[in-house]
Amino acid sequence: MNILNYIDAFFSDNAHWQGYDGIPTRVAEHIGYTLMALGTAAAIGLPIGLLTGHTGRGGNTLALIATAGRALPSFGLMVLMFVLLGLGMAPVMIPLVVLAIPPILVTTYEAMRSVDPAPVDAARGMGMAETEVLFRVELPVALPLILSGLRSAAIQIVSTATIAAYVSFGGLGRYIVDGLYQRDYEKVVGGATLVAAMALATLGLFWGVGRLTVSQGVRRGSAG
Amino acid sequence: MIRIDSVTKRYPDGTVAVDRLSLEIPDRSITVLVGPSGCGKTTTLRMINRMVEPSEGTILLDGKDIQQQPVNTLRRSMGYVIQNAGLFQHRTILDNIATVPRLLGWGKEKSRARARELMERVGLDGALAKRYPYQLSGGQQQRVGVARALAADPPVLLMDEPFSAVDPVVRKGLQDELLRIQEELGKTIVFVTHDIDEAVKLGTMVAVMRTGGRLAQFAPPAELLTDPADSFVEDFLGTDRGIRRLSFFPSAGLELLTAPIVASDTTDEQIAARDLTDAPYLLVTDLDGKPLGWAERDTEIDTARLLPYGRPFVVATDSLRAALDCAVLSPTGWAVAVDGEGRAAGVVSQQTIGEAIRGAHAKSATTQKAAR
Repeated sequence: MNILNYIDAFFSDNAHWQGYDGIPTRVAEHIGYTLMALGTAAAIGLPIGLLTGHTGRGGNTLALIATAGRALPSFGLMVLMFVLLGLGMAPVMIPLVVLAIPPILVTTYEAMRSVDPAPVDAARGMGMAETEVLFRVELPVALPLILSGLRSAAIQIVSTATIAAYVSFGGLGRYIVDGLYQRDYEKVVGGATLVAAMALATLGLFWGVGRLTVSQGVRRGSAG
Repeated sequence: MIRIDSVTKRYPDGTVAVDRLSLEIPDRSITVLVGPSGCGKTTTLRMINRMVEPSEGTILLDGKDIQQQPVNTLRRSMGYVIQNAGLFQHRTILDNIATVPRLLGWGKEKSRARARELMERVGLDGALAKRYPYQLSGGQQQRVGVARALAADPPVLLMDEPFSAVDPVVRKGLQDELLRIQEELGKTIVFVTHDIDEAVKLGTMVAVMRTGGRLAQFAPPAELLTDPADSFVEDFLGTDRGIRRLSFFPSAGLELLTAPIVASDTTDEQIAARDLTDAPYLLVTDLDGKPLGWAERDTEIDTARLLPYGRPFVVATDSLRAALDCAVLSPTGWAVAVDGEGRAAGVVSQQTIGEAIRGAHAKSATTQKAAR
């Protein structure tokens, strides 16, 4: 198998594990971009999703914004931003954030809307303040869905962050872009493999976070 | 005392849910709001803890306008039980019950200790404390709902169709449990239901409401059954209100015959010695005194071929209604009375029960006249 040979050659080459173009550096850069983009998208998407979901207002507007956001091509947006803003982190971050907000926003809103209204009514009737109702009653029940939104956003960012390499930034895209340019397919396949591995690692990470933060009563309750 | 003073709830679209309702809800008793759907009973209940704000009128709690109190303080002073319990699925049973104490700032340990105490009070096994709501049956969940409402020992309990979603057998158990708890705790309970039987069973006072949010009648259940205010209340009570009214007459005064009770080892001579003039049948019991079945008098007793005795009534605790039902169901037309342990205490004929009913009616008519 050609591809397996490429992968084996790429990872067994000692030179690929050292220096500014080494795997550890590129992986760290990629993680850095992903965290920055996911953090920004979550900082925008979560509060809006929680609030609109809690009050039940603005759902249609949200759906509209989300569809528009999904329709924007990330690569094109980055090139446009690069032309408008020049070289910098912003042209890379803006398309990644725009890509990540719709899944976070829409699933958070849907998650909050799908919470059984009876316990919420009971909570209010027992004298919980609105913030307590949101954080102590609705959020713990909505958490699995909210996490799934964050997870799909994170995976999309991981795979799309490779575009940063086109505007001379680092990350795993470096191997793919440079490899294609140099016709070094070992590098291309190696980079792609690393991206795929990181996407899988992200899945695993979110599974772990879910195990730790979602109450057993909610996990089992929604399963059966 | 909760005093509802000509309260109206009108929604922005013009619908009137409650129309100039005035009601005085007595302390330490169960007041039931009952009526068909759309009669405003739930809206009325939800106005008491300000889940719904009235458009006009005032509601006074112990003489103070509830509008003048901070809404969450008011709600924490009233237990709230809803249909399907509305438990928090992410919290254990113990933490569900401890919710209001925690809101009131009690410590975690104190709240949990209190929650354990309440589990026992509502008849929940302590082993369920660490379980989650999805692991409980509907009836158990509703018990948790009641325990949660009682956790901070509020003087008032608001219950919105709490037992409507469970099956009849479980519902009866929950109703009996509520009456038992109420006997111990003496809360001011406002209870909403669409089930008139539940209202009659639980209510110290029953407010019948009609569509459009108006009060049709406010009376103790026995009076409601004897003397419905108008044809709406009469229709709502159903056709067998005469029979149901018998629930309010105790079976204690019934004259029971013990002569026809024979144990399986009673000899023919012993039977011959008894006075059995009014009894065409003999009730055969086992050696422990528990009924086995009926045998015709003057025939040989064969324990394998007895007539079934139907459902006995418990003497003194059951009502005349239970005794009559028992006699109607019995193939011999005689009802079997048993004591608390299920041993035969006596037998009574339909005729005797009929006389007791007439007597009870006559007595209640005179007491009612005296009350007026």
